[in-house]
Amino acid sequence: MTGVPLSWYLILSALLFALGVAGFLFRRNIITVFMSIELMLNAVNLSFVAFSYQLKQVNGHIFTFFVMVVAAAEAAVGLAIILTVFKNRETLNVDEVNSLKN
Amino acid sequence: MEFIVISLVKAAIVAAVLMTTLAYLQWVERKVIAHIQLRMGPSRVGPHGLLQPLADVIKLITKEDLIPPHVNKFFYLLAPFLAVTMALLSISVIPFGSEVELFGYKTWMQMTDLNVGVLFVLAVSSMGVYGIALAGWASNNKYALLGGLRSSAQMISYELPMSLAIAAPLLLANTLSLREIVQSQGDHLFAWSIFKLPAPQLISFVIFLIAGFAETNRVPFDLPEAENELVAGFHTEYSSMKFAAFFMAEYANMVTVSCMTSILFLGGWQPLFPVSLGSNFVAPALFALGGSLCLYHGLHPARRKDRYTLPVFAAIFFGIALALLAPPVARVVMPLFWFAAKAGFLLFCFIWVRGTLPRFRYDQLMGFAWKFLFPVAVLNLLVTSLLVAVF
Amino acid sequence: MDVILFLAFAAIAVVCAVNVVVQTHPISSALSLIGVMGSLAVLYLLLGAEFIAMAQVIVYAGAIMVLFVFVIMLLNAGAESRRGRSLTAQLLGIPGFFALLVLLSYTVLRLFPDAAHVKFGGFTGGSAKDVGKLLFTEYLLPFELTSVLILIAIVGAVVLARKELE
Repeated sequence: MTGVPLSWYLILSALLFALGVAGFLFRRNIITVFMSIELMLNAVNLSFVAFSYQLKQVNGHIFTFFVMVVAAAEAAVGLAIILTVFKNRETLNVDEVNSLKN
Repeated sequence: MEFIVISLVKAAIVAAVLMTTLAYLQWVERKVIAHIQLRMGPSRVGPHGLLQPLADVIKLITKEDLIPPHVNKFFYLLAPFLAVTMALLSISVIPFGSEVELFGYKTWMQMTDLNVGVLFVLAVSSMGVYGIALAGWASNNKYALLGGLRSSAQMISYELPMSLAIAAPLLLANTLSLREIVQSQGDHLFAWSIFKLPAPQLISFVIFLIAGFAETNRVPFDLPEAENELVAGFHTEYSSMKFAAFFMAEYANMVTVSCMTSILFLGGWQPLFPVSLGSNFVAPALFALGGSLCLYHGLHPARRKDRYTLPVFAAIFFGIALALLAPPVARVVMPLFWFAAKAGFLLFCFIWVRGTLPRFRYDQLMGFAWKFLFPVAVLNLLVTSLLVAVF
Repeated sequence: MDVILFLAFAAIAVVCAVNVVVQTHPISSALSLIGVMGSLAVLYLLLGAEFIAMAQVIVYAGAIMVLFVFVIMLLNAGAESRRGRSLTAQLLGIPGFFALLVLLSYTVLRLFPDAAHVKFGGFTGGSAKDVGKLLFTEYLLPFELTSVLILIAIVGAVVLARKELE
């Protein structure tokens, strides 16, 4: 038993990150866009923890912890903004929230 | 190999005992509520209605499994599964007793001990909200949706005071492993964290219990299923075994909260007073008392059937009392007895409260969590940490 | 065993992540995202990060995603409409995704050709005690700053939600 190469974890992280980017760019529902951002943050967390294993240090875990805290704060404010947007425009489509453009 | 076999045996025993407990908890609840309200409770199926749970199970299994139209089928079916899985999962880290030696194998009366056990229970219980929220949403029913929304808001709100109340005894125990938490508490009342110096945790015990009532959606916090406003809340559209799954999840959550309370605050399997003062004789004495009561009422029967049933119960109780006096049995069973006694007392409190208190109004419920429980829990944590740091 | 566990949970994570992107209904996306987070928590456990794994489930899956599901249910958001997709996105989307993926993987493989092999139990410094020690000594200032950040977020959320009442 040799275990899993660390690069597999990193490639998984890259894959999840790329999927997050794809969701962020291609989706139109503002909530799904927001969730894609969370997916990207998760992908980055995985590589933090993987590097923490490689370097035998706990620092990576601390950064993951901070990312989680920031994500929680971001989710609270972001969802409040989404609620307000929906209240004012009755849509969740990011393409239709464009009153500055017109 | 040996480890796998022992683990499987333990899992089988825990599952069997837990399932029986859940079924009979329902019977106990109906009986206790009935006696609080001066009724008889279930008494038709078997002596004193003792076979009622079995009858209920058969009824629920054989009922038509209805899937209403216009539901989101996948999530509708996923929700009860999720609720019951998350409810049963946290039992796996609960330590029921100390180390025992059976047939030459030494093992702990616990399925597994995680060194982040407390966090595991918190994590699993926080996942339980999805079952209820999804059930409410997927049912495509206004009442169910309202129930689901209410319950998710309620569970998020009460999770905060609950976590803060858990943090305070952890400061005394200095570990996150449930087994070590119990070991850090001593074998008498004033060595349990609820009364332990330098920081007695009476306040956080009460907060934890109140938050536990709210987390399990029990009276007085059962707004998600308030029948006079929401029909049956999130499980309005569920029937047959899917309804039973929600029911089982609620009872399993009650059991988990009771076990966690007794581990965190009441010393888990530790006895009320040391063995040297004779705490091993409490259980036989209790069973003997129960046996004598049964015998007395059997000799002065209130109903005709009692003349035959109660003496049988008396004989069983006396038998258990005698068996418990034997030292090898006592060594294995006594920790289990103390744990079961504490958890059972707390479960009785759940039922007692249900028979006593009316339901909160929704704004009262939220105000209570955020304006009262939360500040008190923070203050308690602050005082506890100061006391622990100073002494 | 390590390889099997890694492959199983990595597969779940990838399938769920694809599901997050392709599902049209936000609640399906949200639940798939919870699946990703759960399997990532297991991978964290394999990497020896017990505390972070539990924090992942409690904070991400148990709090943040409940908030998402709550908002989706509150707004009763329906499935996303399919119209109005730009031609550029349709043409460049999939190739662009694979280009990004290949680039990232290539970089990883080139930078870490002989990285450590991950075995369960190979790193045991991730317990709550170790994380806490580092958090409250070396990272005390950032830790205090995050609490200020959370306070700001709470105030912001309350202010934004207040408007609803008027």
